[in-house]
Amino acid sequence: MSAPVIELRDVHKRFAAGERTITALDGLSAEVGSGRITGLVGPDGAGKTTLMRLLTGLLKPDSGSIRVLELDTVTDTQNIQASIGYMPQRFGLYEDLSVSENLELYADLQGLAGTDRKARFDRLMTFTGLGPFRKRLAGRLSGGMKQKLGLACTLVRPPRLLLLDEPSVGVDPVSRRELWDIVHSLVDEGISVLWATAYLDEAERCHDVLLLNEGRLLAAGPPQTLSERLKGRTFAVRVASADRRTVLHEIRGLPHVVDAIVKGRDVRVLVSRHADTAYLSRCCRNVGTGALQVEEVDPVFEDAFIDLLKDQDVAAETSVISVSNNAQPRNGSDPTGKPSTETVLAGTPKLDDRRNNGEAVIQVAGLVRKFGDFTAVDGIDFSVKRGEIFGLLGPNGAGKSTTFRMLCGLLPPTDGKALVLGIDLRRAAAIARGRIGYMAQKFSLYGNMSVLQNLQFFASAYGLAGRTRQRKIDVELAEFGLVPYADATSETLPLGYKQRLALACAIMHEPGVLFLDEPTSGVDPLVRREFWTRINAMAAAGVTVMVTTHFMEEAEYCDRIGIIYRGRLVAAGTPQDLKNEHRNTDLPNPTLEDAFVDLIEHYDREHPQ
Amino acid sequence: MIGHQSDGERGSGGPAATLDAAGTSRMRLAGLIRKETLQILRDPSSISIAFVLPAILLLLFGYGISLDATNVPVALVIENPTTETSSFAASLVNSSYFAAAIMRDRHAAEEALIAGNAAAIVVLRSDFARRLWSPAGAPIQVIVNGTDANTARIIAGYMQGAWQKWLEQYALDEGQVLAPPVVMEQRVWFNAEVRSRNFLVPGLIAIIMTLIGTLLTAMVVAREWERGTMEALMVTPVRIGEILLGKLIPYFLLGMGSMVLSTAMAVWVFDVPLRGSFAVLLAVSALFMLASLGMGLLISTIARSQFVAGQVAIIIAFLPAFILSGFIFDITSMPAVVQWITHIIPARYFVSSLQTLFLAGTVWPIIFANGAALGLMAVIFLGLTRRKTRKSLE
Repeated sequence: MSAPVIELRDVHKRFAAGERTITALDGLSAEVGSGRITGLVGPDGAGKTTLMRLLTGLLKPDSGSIRVLELDTVTDTQNIQASIGYMPQRFGLYEDLSVSENLELYADLQGLAGTDRKARFDRLMTFTGLGPFRKRLAGRLSGGMKQKLGLACTLVRPPRLLLLDEPSVGVDPVSRRELWDIVHSLVDEGISVLWATAYLDEAERCHDVLLLNEGRLLAAGPPQTLSERLKGRTFAVRVASADRRTVLHEIRGLPHVVDAIVKGRDVRVLVSRHADTAYLSRCCRNVGTGALQVEEVDPVFEDAFIDLLKDQDVAAETSVISVSNNAQPRNGSDPTGKPSTETVLAGTPKLDDRRNNGEAVIQVAGLVRKFGDFTAVDGIDFSVKRGEIFGLLGPNGAGKSTTFRMLCGLLPPTDGKALVLGIDLRRAAAIARGRIGYMAQKFSLYGNMSVLQNLQFFASAYGLAGRTRQRKIDVELAEFGLVPYADATSETLPLGYKQRLALACAIMHEPGVLFLDEPTSGVDPLVRREFWTRINAMAAAGVTVMVTTHFMEEAEYCDRIGIIYRGRLVAAGTPQDLKNEHRNTDLPNPTLEDAFVDLIEHYDREHPQ
Repeated sequence: MIGHQSDGERGSGGPAATLDAAGTSRMRLAGLIRKETLQILRDPSSISIAFVLPAILLLLFGYGISLDATNVPVALVIENPTTETSSFAASLVNSSYFAAAIMRDRHAAEEALIAGNAAAIVVLRSDFARRLWSPAGAPIQVIVNGTDANTARIIAGYMQGAWQKWLEQYALDEGQVLAPPVVMEQRVWFNAEVRSRNFLVPGLIAIIMTLIGTLLTAMVVAREWERGTMEALMVTPVRIGEILLGKLIPYFLLGMGSMVLSTAMAVWVFDVPLRGSFAVLLAVSALFMLASLGMGLLISTIARSQFVAGQVAIIIAFLPAFILSGFIFDITSMPAVVQWITHIIPARYFVSSLQTLFLAGTVWPIIFANGAALGLMAVIFLGLTRRKTRKSLE
């Protein structure tokens, strides 16, 4: 292997944010090998974007040295910038220029002229599949196509090193896979890639990963090597009964369980290194109905990620959100002020016995929405029962958000029936809105108001007043562990706490139905788990939850999912049903993403546009 | 094959790029200018600021707003109608400056003044005709609404003139010559009709160019920061000078285009004379445009959000150009401190040059002094921008 393309030696970087100083990188030393894809992973605020910007020379380190392609980023910025390609996290292209105009600009900037240019463009167009869209304005492209155009622009003159800052956020699984294939073929041709990502399944496919946490390197190496260490600690618990969430909850309560998530019909469990291999089987005899089958499974990178971060947590007693209760006393008196899952459960409404009687809370039949000539939603039918978690999935622009908005009463349907809690949205959308909770994608909070003020505002907006309002606010503050932050300005909160606050605001009025629009987009796995623990508890208490997502992992948490494509509901069922339907000889054990991609491809073949 | 086959060529500029001494690549610069031009053409707001807004402002100031008093509503009280009073009344009614309403008593006139239906009251007393030929002469009473001091002065002056004129005419008709000891003969130079349009319209060009040079430019650069396009641009072999020139050149041309349009409208639509040389006008405008662009770019190095950039540009460039440049308000009648402040406002030098070039002609001492001040400001603002802008996010 040749010399590393990136060498970091004890890099420190701090930012002043008002009165406080934020340490983004805290003595980071690492290397990135040549000719491979290196994944840069870590929770939010770990310093990934700062590191990317330092590598491009757009930021200078406070101390330490950074060498990129054997050049120093402080003294040799211009030469580095001439040999790297960089795709910032936000789409960095001109939305009012067409695909080819954007490419022309980058070709001019990179000094690519004449016949070379034409040949290169043709190749890039074939490569990215953007050929038919040359004349389209970049702003009109879908999320996935935008990212491919961004990539094409950095490849106008082949770079030696490609820096990609979370290129797959907000991109649907089909485009995500195409993007990955493109980047993979670049590596075969000798380009080195550093790929920052929040998707751990992507990290798993990288040659190497750098795991960052709070500005420090937590682990480095091939993802397989990192997960290998957990061999013998990961298990799948097959749950025969329908109620996976009760089982999940009980398993999480076990002292040696580090992590447990719902995965299809199984609960996937990671036990601590102090537990022996038979530990879980022993415990599961006392859990639930007793009919549980425990089977050892291969560890994946996500297990390693959670394990490493949790270890850090326990060691440093830092403020990263607690996910399970293994290190905490069972009933609430948590010394760090973090809420345990137990308190959450105690605070949510009482278990509702009616939840299993099959009452449909959301009923949709022949739902249509047109925008002028364009039919965004073209006759969708489904229903969701009380206490069920229903996920809506689909590529960007498939009609998923439109459906969602109609059900929230934000957009009137053109035709069809839509009942939420028995209320017809075409007649009484306002009444329905008063009885549903809605959490928007970008957490619609007032950034310059304090946590308490936000809660007060939303309580008033939902018509709570006087003592009822005060009592409700106190309950929410305690339930969501926001008491210590009550006076903090909400925009200064860590992402996980912002999300808690957004959820607290959305459920002030104890809604019977909760709508979540891509609730954990851009959120790291730890925060995502904590969030879902709350959602599970609410569903258990009889709240019906409807969620849109791009994360297949999140889709696995749902009881049932519906896939929307080209304005129609092309599939619906449990995640396991969908996987079973797309099992074939090539893919004997498909993931939900495999099933999704297969479904979309099938549909396209059968219904050519 | 997409990978790198030509490592060595991927450098500053590449083989096809022509580099000048400063390392500026003509190809990169051309690319940036082409991009900016396409964006201007596609963005309805830049086109409207450059071409629609000037037209609207010119029409508004040319036709709508005028500092001259015409058709001033006057309540004329005639206590005892005679041939003399009707002769004077007729002269007021026929004047284009006044719209006279004849009333029989003071009380009604006062009510009209209070209600705002009349701006002035003129009273011809019952003994008007008798005293007209007495040695002391006949007095008329003029009561002016002084709420707006400026208008009040203008009305009082006009009324004085109208009275004087009628007296002379009346004497002539009666076969006598009024012989006052001293006669004041007024001549107004450069704007003989004393049309306020003639000095408002040239001054407006300064306002329009400030909008394009400072406000529009500051906002489009801030937009690039806001949308993240600047970050992507910075990580290419592009030089800071090229990015700045890439903004400067298209907006310079846009501003000059708009200036030519405004001049054409001033001359052909509003009949404002252009007595000076057009070439000198272009040269002074170019200097002012550079100073404005310098300010706009400087603002955008500090403010990286469109909202802040817009606010700053309005406060430090647009409002001063409007209020402190001599465009509407006369600088010499401002308090000394404010007069001193006007010296650091580029629009002041430009408005003065514009009014001179349009109404007086190419008066070299004025043009030189103003041109030198504008040139100095352009150098300072652009120099500061060049120093302050870095390829860095810090």
